Amino acid sequence: MSSVPITRRLPLTWLGLLPFLIFATLFLILPTMHIVIGAFQDRSGAFTLQNIKDLNTGTIPSSYWVSVKISLASALLGCLIGFGMAAAVTFGAVPRWIRSPLMTFSGVASNFAGVPLAFAFLATFGPVGLVTVFLRNNFGIVLQRDLGFSILSFWGLTITYLFFQIPLMILIITPALEGLKREWREAAEVLGATATQYWRMVALPILFPSLLGTFALLFANAFGAVATAIALTGSSLNIVPIQLFAQIRGDVLGNPNLGYAMAFGMIMVTAVANVLYIWLRVRAERWLK
Amino acid sequence: MSLWARITGWIVLIFGLTYFALPLLGLTEFSLKARRGVYSLDAYTKIIGDPEFQATFTYSIMMALVTILFGVLLVVPTAYWVRLKMPWARPYVEFITLLPLVIPAIVIVFGYIRLYNTSSWLPMTGTIMGTNLLLAFGYTVLALPYMYRAVDTGMRTIDVATLTEAAQSLGAGWATILARVILPNVIPAVLSGAFLTFAIVIGEFTLAALLNRPAFGPYLARIGANKPYEPFALSVIAFGITWGCMGLIQFANRLSKHTKAAQ
Repeated sequence: MSSVPITRRLPLTWLGLLPFLIFATLFLILPTMHIVIGAFQDRSGAFTLQNIKDLNTGTIPSSYWVSVKISLASALLGCLIGFGMAAAVTFGAVPRWIRSPLMTFSGVASNFAGVPLAFAFLATFGPVGLVTVFLRNNFGIVLQRDLGFSILSFWGLTITYLFFQIPLMILIITPALEGLKREWREAAEVLGATATQYWRMVALPILFPSLLGTFALLFANAFGAVATAIALTGSSLNIVPIQLFAQIRGDVLGNPNLGYAMAFGMIMVTAVANVLYIWLRVRAERWLK
Repeated sequence: MSLWARITGWIVLIFGLTYFALPLLGLTEFSLKARRGVYSLDAYTKIIGDPEFQATFTYSIMMALVTILFGVLLVVPTAYWVRLKMPWARPYVEFITLLPLVIPAIVIVFGYIRLYNTSSWLPMTGTIMGTNLLLAFGYTVLALPYMYRAVDTGMRTIDVATLTEAAQSLGAGWATILARVILPNVIPAVLSGAFLTFAIVIGEFTLAALLNRPAFGPYLARIGANKPYEPFALSVIAFGITWGCMGLIQFANRLSKHTKAAQ
């Protein structure tokens, strides 16, 4: 810095960022900090770890467990199906023109979590839904009785979440699949590799960080979803976002700071998943350029 | 491409497309069943005539427009300034704009309720106007990742430094440069961010419900509990709006390709 000529004016360029920084501080960072700090305080404001310990009481551990299971199931299925669809389009198993509409659709559907999505699935797989009635009238199968399936259950919510999980997977993994170089496949074939060997020993190891990273992102995505779950199941399914919603509405836990701790737990879960995603993406980009 | 791979590809694709088509089909079909035995638009006419629908829908549209305005005023100057004067700060600003994807919306609004309640230093939830403003700020935060990325990508395609110097040598001030030189050049990017914001805000539930504002999302959830067909008709409308917005984003992107080609 010594070569820079000394100016008498104070550096003022950072002032241009001030509005953004003030906004982000007031409406993003401070509110979050308030929750995080509150999670480590008792009612009088003194430091305590009791709230975090209390997360292990009552229905809270089971709600975290159900949330984690739904997020895992919907992320895993979303990854598998999304990968299959992206691969079918990228590697030319189906006509190329499908790619553009599929990507546009994925852009819409990946943002379409919420109340209307819940109604769409109720109208299809609910007690008098399209598929339910069709199966009953034509095959005599009653979803609830014969298959043990209810849209208001664990699998019901998982299947509903897939509606935004699969498109998110397609959006993120398609560029990665397109980054697989033709030369790698040709080199493998020249060396006598079968298609299975190419996938097992070349393509999948290269894609692995992308796949795992996207899985983490999908997990966080499902974990934070509130509206769909509330509109679909009301309060019948005990998951973290629903419980936190009820806590904010009416302090059902009887301890405001325990509510902070629940929210803090949510941030921790989604943060770990996102850090994993970012870290793995950086690794993936070493190969896919 | 072997035959086997082709067949698998088709099976996967058709399976996936069926999965996406069924709920949309089920939803539309159900929304038309309000009259016994025949398909009718009864549910639609009934719900569109509901004054509460009109009120909440107008409210959400207003909210979306205010959010877009805030978003543009906040993001365009910031992205411009970072590109022009502080490129080193770009990763940090980008990191902040991505935070709303990490912190669940329900946690952010929880923070608002506790931080800006009536007994706090900034009692925004004390008045209706203040709460509306807080909700709009909350939506701006939710839309920040999409808005910033769209505008920043748009800025990359234009030569910000040259445009600024040219405008300055003609005597333009910062406000003029932003409003009459930079903004018109990134308008397709701004539009695509704006439509996405619109699609997010119009059906948003969590923030509006917890801040107790009469928005479309909470209204939809509430009538879902006590009306048989109307909520399904409303959901079709909500899907339609989202699709419309995405169509407009495609249009805006095509627009930006045209302007680039013309340069």
